[in-house]
Amino acid sequence: MYHKTLPYRIFSVCNNIFLTLVSIACLLPLLHLLMVSLSSTAPANAGLVTFWPIGFTFEAYAKTFDNANFLSSLWVSVQRTVLGTALALVVNTTAAYALSKETRVFGARNLYLWYFVVTMLFSGGLIPGYILILKLGLMNSLWALILPGLVAVFNIILLLNFFRGVPKDLEEAAFIDGAGHLRTFFNVYLPLSLPVIATVSLFMMVGHWNAYFDGIIYIRDSEKLPLASFMQTIIVQADMSKLDPEAVANLSQRTIRASQIFISALPILLVYPFLQRYFVTGIVVGAVKE
Amino acid sequence: MEANINERAADTAARRKRRKKGGKQPWILHLMVLPAAVLVFIFSYIPMTGIVMAFQDYKPALGFAESPWAGLKHFQYMWENDYFLKITGNTLFFACTKIVMNLIVPFVFALLLNEVRKMALKRSIQTLVYLPHFLSWVTLSGILIDMLAQTGLINQFLVHLFGIKPIFFLGDGGWFRFTIIFSDVWKEFGFNTIIFLAALSGINPALYEAAEVDGATRWKQTLHITMPSLVPITIVIATLALGNVLNANFDQIFNLYSPLIYQQGDIIDTFVYREGLLSGQFSFATAVNLFKSLISLILIAVSYRLAYRFAGYRIF
Repeated sequence: MYHKTLPYRIFSVCNNIFLTLVSIACLLPLLHLLMVSLSSTAPANAGLVTFWPIGFTFEAYAKTFDNANFLSSLWVSVQRTVLGTALALVVNTTAAYALSKETRVFGARNLYLWYFVVTMLFSGGLIPGYILILKLGLMNSLWALILPGLVAVFNIILLLNFFRGVPKDLEEAAFIDGAGHLRTFFNVYLPLSLPVIATVSLFMMVGHWNAYFDGIIYIRDSEKLPLASFMQTIIVQADMSKLDPEAVANLSQRTIRASQIFISALPILLVYPFLQRYFVTGIVVGAVKE
Repeated sequence: MEANINERAADTAARRKRRKKGGKQPWILHLMVLPAAVLVFIFSYIPMTGIVMAFQDYKPALGFAESPWAGLKHFQYMWENDYFLKITGNTLFFACTKIVMNLIVPFVFALLLNEVRKMALKRSIQTLVYLPHFLSWVTLSGILIDMLAQTGLINQFLVHLFGIKPIFFLGDGGWFRFTIIFSDVWKEFGFNTIIFLAALSGINPALYEAAEVDGATRWKQTLHITMPSLVPITIVIATLALGNVLNANFDQIFNLYSPLIYQQGDIIDTFVYREGLLSGQFSFATAVNLFKSLISLILIAVSYRLAYRFAGYRIF
């Protein structure tokens, strides 16, 4: 048995230590951020905080939750995430159900599929998309953040591949009992597809929560800006340290900024355990389809 | 017995009839696709028609119908522009290095992780390395800008340990490139590791048992069983990545770059954004974007064709 030999044992110990260190390295930046956000302003600005808070205080969080812009952005993000995911689920699952039928049942299936897949391969690009939103009068509206990405072809494919794995006998039984397609979809397919639907909705939620670029180009009023876009403006656009290393203009805000970043990442950290479990099945279905 | 067969035949006939009935209502199927089809038409197909502006001198006030035609002027300008060649080079550099690194690192990491025998440890490592993938580049750039600053954690550490001068990670061209590649691998290697691990768990244990009987060491087993079994999935990932050689990751660069390092760090996508939306050069930006989309389209078509031919990979 190879794993009882001495060289392999030595390797095994070193390997475990190495991998543990690498995985800790993935966590350290977040830990550092959290510790900065929990420290008092002076030691944080002096760069004394490493992986333990100095002068422990919730002051930065109190200030963050006092910031009206931060709160309104948080609310916009919650809205777009909930509304965007709910609508996308309805639209994408119904389409995926129809497209999961064989050509024998649904003659136009392949035509529709190509119609969708083409948009995965080619797009008009940034400027025509921007002009469209402008002409539709969606500028500065929540819908500009929801509608353009509502149909995610990748998700439709993920769903339809799963639907096709549902045993045909169940569908036939439903038809024999007089159910139509809609009823079969709701009462047979959806309950059986909860894992993949969970995967897809978590995908969409993370996507909405993290999306910042649409907010930056489509939203003008600061109180309608989603949180990710708000964070982008305060982190990147206010970052003077990149232009002039000595004039770190927002130095006094370091702890506040850290707390804002941490709060904006918190929902992802909270859903992550679920995300990870479902997501593994999801990408395996998507990446190495048998 | 005979009655049973007859019964079954009748049952099959009835089933066939009913199946036909189920199939007789495809209008409801059309109706189910309709919302998605309409949305895709509005938000994907209509913008495609906007591409004509790459061949015009588009003025928002005049619209598509009245803006004067410009022929291939913008494309010609693009080709004669040294800066465009520079950012194309940058884009290729970032994208290709990331593709290669994001194959090698997860491959090695998955092999090492596969040797961990304690399930609890294996699972916790997997969970931790996969976490950064879900954080947005806005969040990560916030953290990186803070940690990589002259007085940030990393520089403090380096200065104390090696007594060197603080490194200007995001302000020096060479270091910027290093930071971009390194942080991208740090964020994404967990993702491909999971795919490799899934392939590893599919290897028939009998192969290892046979090798064991023949006296193969673990290293020999890795070399002759484990690594060859990862070849198909590696080919799939590599060929599918071909479609991405012009995608250097806008979100990452956009949130970390600055005018200081445009020469080494600017890419096509960020250039399109600045020219188009900030400078109002709608037509030129669209021309640049069209060029990029066309090349990508060809590459994607080729990559899917190759992935299908060599590994039987299909998306649907």
